[in-house]
Formats: sequence, structure tokens, C-alpha cells
Amino acid sequence: MSQSAEKGVAGVRILVVDDEAAILRFLKTVLDSEGFCVYKAENGSLGIASAVAVRPDLILLDLGLPDIDGLEVIRRIREWSKVPIIVLSVREREDDKVMALDAGADDYLTKPFGAGELLARIRASLRRALHDVPQPVYKIEDLEVDLVRRRVLVAGLEIQLTPTEYDLLRLLVTNAGKVLTHRQILKQIWGAGYIEQPHVLRVNISNLRRKVEKDSSRPRYILTEVGVGYRLKADFSGNAGGDAGR
Amino acid sequence: MTDIGETRPTPEAMLKLAHAEEEKAAKGKLKIFLGYAAGVGKTYSMLTAGRQLKKEGIDVVAAYVESHGRQETDALLEGLEVLPKAMIDYQGVLLPELDIDAVLQRRPQVALVDELAHSNAPGSRHEKRWQDVQEFLNAGIDVYTTVNIQHFESLNDVVAQITGIVVRETVPDLLLDQAADLRLIDISPDELLQRLHEGKVYIPAQATQALEKFFRPGNLIALRELSLRHTAIRVDEQMRAYMETRAISGAWQTRERLLVCVSGSPFSEKLMRITRRLANEMKAPWSAVYIETPGEDAFARENRERIWQELRLAENMGAEVATITGTSVSDALVDYAAKHNITKIVVGKPNKSRLRELLRPPIVDQIIRKSGQIDVYVVSIGATERKEGVPQKARKSFSLKGYLLACALVAGASLACWAMTPFFSPTNMVMIYLLAVVLAAVRLGRRPAITVASLSVVAFYFFFVPAHHTFAIVHTEYLLTFIALFTVGVVISTLVARGRERADAMRTREVQTASLYYISRDLAAAADTPAIMKAVRKNMQESLAAEPLFFFPDKEHLRFVENEGQLEPDIKEHAVADWAFRNLQAAGRGTATLGSSRYLYLPLKTSANVLGVLGLILTDEAGYTSPQIRLLLDAFAGQTAMAMERAHLAKQAEQAQILATRENLERALLNSISHDLRSPLASITGILSSLMEQETGLGEQAKQELLTTASEEAARLNRFVTNLLNMTRLEAGVVKLKEEACEIQDLISCALSQMEQQLRNRPARITLPPDLPLIPMDMGLMTQVLVNLLENAVKFSPPESEIDIKARLDKILLRIEIKDQGPGVLESEIDRIFDKFYQVPIPEGRGGTGLGLSICKGIVEAHGGKIWAQNHSGRGFTVIVQLPRHGLPVEEGNGA
Repeated sequence: MSQSAEKGVAGVRILVVDDEAAILRFLKTVLDSEGFCVYKAENGSLGIASAVAVRPDLILLDLGLPDIDGLEVIRRIREWSKVPIIVLSVREREDDKVMALDAGADDYLTKPFGAGELLARIRASLRRALHDVPQPVYKIEDLEVDLVRRRVLVAGLEIQLTPTEYDLLRLLVTNAGKVLTHRQILKQIWGAGYIEQPHVLRVNISNLRRKVEKDSSRPRYILTEVGVGYRLKADFSGNAGGDAGR
Repeated sequence: MTDIGETRPTPEAMLKLAHAEEEKAAKGKLKIFLGYAAGVGKTYSMLTAGRQLKKEGIDVVAAYVESHGRQETDALLEGLEVLPKAMIDYQGVLLPELDIDAVLQRRPQVALVDELAHSNAPGSRHEKRWQDVQEFLNAGIDVYTTVNIQHFESLNDVVAQITGIVVRETVPDLLLDQAADLRLIDISPDELLQRLHEGKVYIPAQATQALEKFFRPGNLIALRELSLRHTAIRVDEQMRAYMETRAISGAWQTRERLLVCVSGSPFSEKLMRITRRLANEMKAPWSAVYIETPGEDAFARENRERIWQELRLAENMGAEVATITGTSVSDALVDYAAKHNITKIVVGKPNKSRLRELLRPPIVDQIIRKSGQIDVYVVSIGATERKEGVPQKARKSFSLKGYLLACALVAGASLACWAMTPFFSPTNMVMIYLLAVVLAAVRLGRRPAITVASLSVVAFYFFFVPAHHTFAIVHTEYLLTFIALFTVGVVISTLVARGRERADAMRTREVQTASLYYISRDLAAAADTPAIMKAVRKNMQESLAAEPLFFFPDKEHLRFVENEGQLEPDIKEHAVADWAFRNLQAAGRGTATLGSSRYLYLPLKTSANVLGVLGLILTDEAGYTSPQIRLLLDAFAGQTAMAMERAHLAKQAEQAQILATRENLERALLNSISHDLRSPLASITGILSSLMEQETGLGEQAKQELLTTASEEAARLNRFVTNLLNMTRLEAGVVKLKEEACEIQDLISCALSQMEQQLRNRPARITLPPDLPLIPMDMGLMTQVLVNLLENAVKFSPPESEIDIKARLDKILLRIEIKDQGPGVLESEIDRIFDKFYQVPIPEGRGGTGLGLSICKGIVEAHGGKIWAQNHSGRGFTVIVQLPRHGLPVEEGNGA
């Protein structure tokens, strides 16, 4: 897996905060092989201390830590740093995920997760952090979004979107690969007053899917994160705006 | 009194002894320092013994020691822990008494209590100090105490005879018999008199004169002998008991049982003491019986009180006490004796005049005549001091009306006869007077009947016998007539009266039996405590005109339980109830303990434990001391206790059954969970281990397949864990629906994406109407439902067969259908598949818990929806989920 080396991930520091030795081992193995520099911390206070000492580029944070609540860790780190944080959590606690995202986390992973998912999310979050220059064109499979010219092409054919739909798609594209909570999207696109009206979002997503997806009942691009929000799928095999240092 | 068996000890006897030993071990031991007079040195000896104990390291306190200023006694108190006395305020005077609670709280090993026979000041918890001591013994505290021989209940009259002084403060023999140790403090009378002169003997100022009479040498010698003899008897008893337990054959006593009758007469007490002494010497048990005859109602209350006291006295002296009703005292007594294997009846020698004896054979003779095989001991009771207010027989109230009517009858009869003078001879006229007598006897009672008889004779004789209007008796025939009339009158009226009395007695008895029947019937139907309380209250009100209060224990403390709006009694009453509860004895109104309280408190006890306290207040004051009523109350309390125990046990049985059922279910659950957890783990472990083996010649493709399988199994395990967690939450009732407007297409696609791996070889067809509105539901949970249904569809249909997913709106309902091409389920089982552990029997033997469908059901129903299944003729099986469109519960009758 030397792709990451090509992408210049060498030297990227990832801090893993988890009390489970097996998970730490797994993460270190996978991330090491991708060329990341891995630091470990077994509990919340060590995690915060390490964050200060190591200044990682990304933090993988387990929510179920023994000493400090994961949310608290996020809040404390967010007080002085914008470092991307991906939380690891157990499936049942969807509310926890939303709270973590609202508290400042960038993305989440549900245990048990596979290496592919992990790397995809890491890359999605890192892209933003490492390269602030927004990419002009998003392309994945049959979908192409040209942010500069405000054009959306599906299988080569241009489609017409309403302004709201376009804004929505653009938000998703600029955060490709990362999850966006309902609140975040509503606030961003419609404004703070719409935060309690998720059905507006659903309807628009539904419309968008119909236009953009080949089979809207099996969406391939706009993915629903149940109970949390939406995520635009990103392809990291060389594309999807992820021209990280090409 | 302990029964000494007639042959060698049976196993039962040994067991009884063992039990008694056990009980004794739990209770405190009483050691008595016995003397024959004040001043022999009992307190001194007790204190000396106490000091010795203290030297040996035993925890001793002087709970109540009266030194009366004697220096030597005071000296002995030094070094001993002396508990302060409680001061009871009685009419402005502070009287020192034993502080019971202080001792109970202090809990020494041994307490020294002086003067066991002392009467406590009014307002104390108990009437007598020996009752206080009994509380200590029950609490496990050993007690050393002093007592004089004249305080023994059974010897009270003998001592009175000897000394001329009646001692009022007595101690029941029962307590003294149970004493673990008796130490006789003996000095010669001369020495005692010496000490008296030296001023070493305490004499209360008021009693100087009486005690001078007491301290005569003759008295002292007799008393000394009495005390020595008593101690000897006790030693003898101990020896016998020893011999019995070790089966040493000795002179076994034949089994005697004595009986004495309590009648409320002044002789009863004396008779009882005599019987007690006899019983003591014979080592026989004895019973005291009170026979209630129907004429009782007219008795003054005093007498009833006296009878009650006498019965208690008998009980204190160790007798078995019973109350029976009957019309004839002698019949009832002999009857009882026969039934209870009495060998000797003790009666007092009567001293009525000869004449009265002829007219009314005294009871003694009746008893002797009827006693058959039973011996009758006739004892001399001595000079009769008539105690005040003792009516010996019921006195019917004087009714003027009766006599007037009697006169009227005679007048009427005379008139009638006068009218018939020309037709009948005088002899026949007598018949009319006879009729009058009979009428009077039946209607008016004995005395008016006798009056009529007498007046009739006079009238007849005066008016109609030749030599009219004179009183010369001409023929002796007429004397015969007179006697006949008189006899008829008396006999008939007596018969009628007796018949009525018998009927009354039977009625009373019937009422009491009926009330017991009603309460047992009502309690049998009562299943729980409130029902029991209700039944008891109803019956008490109807049968006894009493109001009950209920107290039940709440962990350690007794709590008043309100029943139908009763008010909680105040703290003092509560304390009495508490006492009754802890000491397993009746307390309160009408008892010797805390008798000034408003209510009478009976502990509800069964053989095993005490379940509470029943307090009651009678509307009729006399009831508290009536033996009949008390027995009835005890019966009520006993029944209530049994009913409560039964309710309690029934509940326990029910809980045990529930527990057993739950345990069975849990075991089944654990077994199947274990299977479902272990199976995928087994696959994963197997695959990983085989991949780790370097030597296996697995090609790349094989390895990929294995890895894929392992990955699938891991996903399957994950889904199972999710189901398990959901089930736990559903069971605990903590499923909180996070309802939000959801898009059905989104829901289905989420479920499909979770099942992506499973569905990769299967076509999944989705049919949705274009304009499905948003439906409120908990998306996460409903996704789980669809995932479970899809999993089932995959599991139970042929591989690569199609799965159909449809959704549509049906008026106010949303319908989602998932159809597979599998064989389906037996029609008879089609509803049961949603039960928790149901497993469809599959030939391939793929087992597993039926959790999936039951969780679907739980979640769907939590949304107010319905879920059911359908077989399709030919091929196919569909599960249908119906949800309310607007989040309202589905009405019955829709769908299915």
C-alpha cells in the first residue's frame, strides 16, 4: 500500500486514543503500513497531554474512555486546536455520535469497522486539514461536479438543480467523505431557524438523489448515516478532489 | 409443670427435653436467693455473689438493689455498677422503681434485682416487678433476685395461717419453678431475732406493729420449715428430672391429673392453692376450670372480674385453665374430667345447714355421685370469711308486675269457679286453679307461679270448700290438693325456666361458634393482607362489637397500617403494641401489662414467628375480663395470624414458581445465545487459524474465499449482537423512540446497504410508489427491523432467489412487505414465529434463536404498528409491517 507514500502522507502524525490494547494494535498496524506516524494514548488525560506534546495532524478518539468522557476530551482539545478528530464509537449510541460531532468532532467510525472505512475517513478529514485549497472539480464514478462553473454532470449529461439543491450538493462535495449532521447541513444551507425541521432536508436529499443517483433506492454517492446525517462518498484511489499534493 | 412419664423416656420425651433445653439456652437464667423472713441476709448474699461474678470478669450490674440504709449492704454495692432507678410520678410523689429500658439497653450478662415480689407504682409498664424480670429473661439477660417464702403464690394462704398476716405481693409459682437455681439463705430464728434487736433488719415504719407479730419465734420456725421443705422438694424434682433423662429407672410416679373448679366464691382461691400444693407433691399436672352457667348475665361485673383473676392466678400457679359452659356445674365438671383423663377432682367441704342440704343437694354430693371412677378429694376450707359482694346465685330481679298478674289470675280463676259452682263439684274446680298455676308457671316464672299456687289454694279453700268463708281444714284431701298444686306450679315453672336457660346458653354458644365460623370462612377467602384486614374488621364489628387496629412489622419496626380510614393511634398506644409484638404476650386494656391503655393488643403469632399485632377496643367494657370473650379474641387473633401466614406463603409459592419459569426461560435463552455467538466465532477462529498455518497449500483464491467468509461471519455476529442488545432494551422497557419524519426509500436503502454482502448474489426488487410522504418513525430501529427481515428472507429461501421489497400507503397506514421465495412456515405456527424463542424447524438444522422476529415485533408495536406473516400458495412467504402514517396507534381490524 504505497499509494499513501505517493500522496505524501509520510510524516503525517496520527494520535490514537483508545483504552483497548487490541484496537490500538490493529490501528497502529494498519496506519503504519500506510506510512502514517502513529502515537498511542490509553486514556483521556494521556490523550490530551499527547495532543499538546505531539501536535498530531489527526486524532482517532474512542468515546468510551475510562477516565474522562470522550466529549470532554473533544471540547478541551477544541479550546485550542482545530485538529481533525474522528471518534470511534459503538453502534447503539447514535446520540453520542451526534453530540460528538456537534462538540467539534469531524467524523466518526462505528465499531466494528474495517480498515477500508478507516482509511477513507482519515483521508477525508486529512484532506481538509492539510490542504486548505478547495478543489474545483469533484468526480466520482459517473458524477461530476464543477464548482467553478456550477455544473453538475451525471454520466456526461448535465442536469438541472434548484439553487437549494445545488447548495446542498456543493456542501456535500466540499466535505466529501466526511459526515455532515442534519443540524450542520440545515444551519449551513437554510439557516439556524431550520435546525428543528429535518424533513426539509430529507425532501431535498430525496430530490437530489433522484436526479443524481442511478437508482435512488440504492444510492451510491449520497449516503445516509442513520440517525446522524449524510455523507458524500469519496473515492481515494486517486480522484475525488483528493489531489493531495499531487 | 413438667410431666414425668410413666415408663422409660420415649424419643418424644427426649426431643421435648432437647427443645426445652434450647429454649432455656436462649432465655436468661433466673437465680433466686430464698429466705424465710426479712433480714436473713438475702440481699447480702446476692450482692456477694454478684461481686464474685464481677471478679471472674462477668458483666454484672445492680439493676435495683434496696439497701434501706444498711451499712453492710451499701459496702457491698461499692465497685459494682449501679444503674439509676427510674422515678415514677404517682400523685405528686416520686417513687423509685426498676428502670426496665435502661437494663435492656445496657444488656449486661447478669442483672441483680432485689425484691422480686414488689408491686410497681401505678404508671409503670408492668404491675409487678417479676414481670419486669421476665422481660429481662426473655431478652437473654441472667437475673439474680431475692424473694421470701411467703411471696410464693401457692403458699400464700399457708403463710397467712401461720403468721396471721396476708401477704399481698406474690410471685407466680410458674416463674419460680423455671428458676435455674435456688439458693436458700438460712439462719436460725434466734440469730434472726438477735439481728432484729440489733437493728440490722429493715422494717418500714408503717409496718412495725404487724411485723412484731410476724417475728414471733413460733412463726419463724414454721416459716423456716416451710422454706426448707420447699427447697427439698425442688431438689427432689431436679433429681427426678436427671434420672429421667438418663433413663435411670427409679420410682416412677403414676400419672395423676388434678382438677379444681373455679366458681367465683371466696373458697376458690384457697381451693386452688391447696390443689396446687397437692399437685406439687404428687408431681402431677392440674387444671382449673370455670363453668359458666346460663344465669350468668345477671352477675355483677365484680364477680366476673374476680373469676378472671382467679383463672389468671391458676395459670400463674401452673394450671391448665379452661372455661366451659353448661347448665349443671356438676355435670359439666365431671364431663370435663372424663374427657381430660382427670384422676382426682378437688372440692371444698361445704358447711351449709343440714336443712338446706336436704332441699338442694350440694354440688359436692352431686359431683361425688357422678364422678364414677374419678377420685374426689374433699378438703376442708376452714372458716369462711365472707368477702363482700359475692352473690352466690343469680338473683332474679323483683318484678311487681308478675305478682300482680298472678293475683289477677287467681281472681279470674275464682270468678270462673264461682260461676260454675252449680255445675261442678269442688274437686273439679281445682282443675281450673291448676290451669291458672300452669299458665303462671309458663308465662310468669317460678315465684309468681308459686304465688298463684298458694293463693289458689287459699282461694279455693276459702271460697269453695265446705265451711265456706272459713279456714277450717275439713279434709286432708284438700291438703293433698294443695301439695299437688304447689308441686305442679314449682315443677312446671322450674322446667320452663331451665328450658329457657338452656336455650339461652345454647344460643350464646351458637353465636360464638357462628362468629368463629364466619371469620374462618371470610379469612379462607381472603388472599392478601388488605382482604384479611377487611374480613377481620367486618367480623369483629358484627360478632364482638369491637374495632380492630392493625400493626405489621416493617423490617425491624412495627408499623400501624391504615385500614378503611382509621386514625393512627398515638405514641403511647404504639408503644404498647410494640411491647406486645416483642414479648409475644397480650398487653393493654384488661391485662397486667400497661393496663391503662385504650386498646387491648394481641400479638398475631403462629408456631414459627409473630406476624404483627392486632389492637382492639370493645364497646362493652365487660368484655375485656370475660373469659369467654377473651377466648374468642384469642381465637380471632390466631385465625388472623394463620390467614396472614397462608397469604404470605401463597405469595412465596407464586414467586418461586415465577422464578422457576424465568430460570427455565433464561436457561433456554442462554443456550441459544451461546449457540448464536459461538457459531460465527467458530468459523472465524477456524478460518484465521488455517490462514495462519504456513504449511497449508492454500491458493490465493482459496485464501480470499476464506477471508470473505470470515468477514461475513463477523458481520453476522455483529448483527446478532445488535439484536441481543435491542432485545435487552425492549425487555427492560427502555426503548425510547426517536421519532422523526423518514423517507421510506432511504430506510430501505439503509437496510439494503447493511445487508450488502448477503445480498450480493440475490436480486432484490424494490417497488415504491413515487410520492410516498415522510412517515414518522425511529429510523435506526426500523432499519434494524428491515435488516432482520431481510436476514430471515435470505436464510429461509433458496440461494439466488429473488427478494421483493414493497412499500405503499394504505389510507392512514404505511405497509412494507418483504417477500421471499422460500417454503414459508406451517399455517399453525404462523403467529408463533414472532415469539421470543421460536425456531422454525428446518431440515438443514440451522438453528439459532428466534430473536430477530420478536425484536421486529417489539419495535413495530412500540411504534403502534402491527407485524404479521403470510404464506403464499405455491412458493413464497411475506412478512408485512404496518405503521401508522401519522404516528397514531393502528386501530383494530385493519390489515391482516
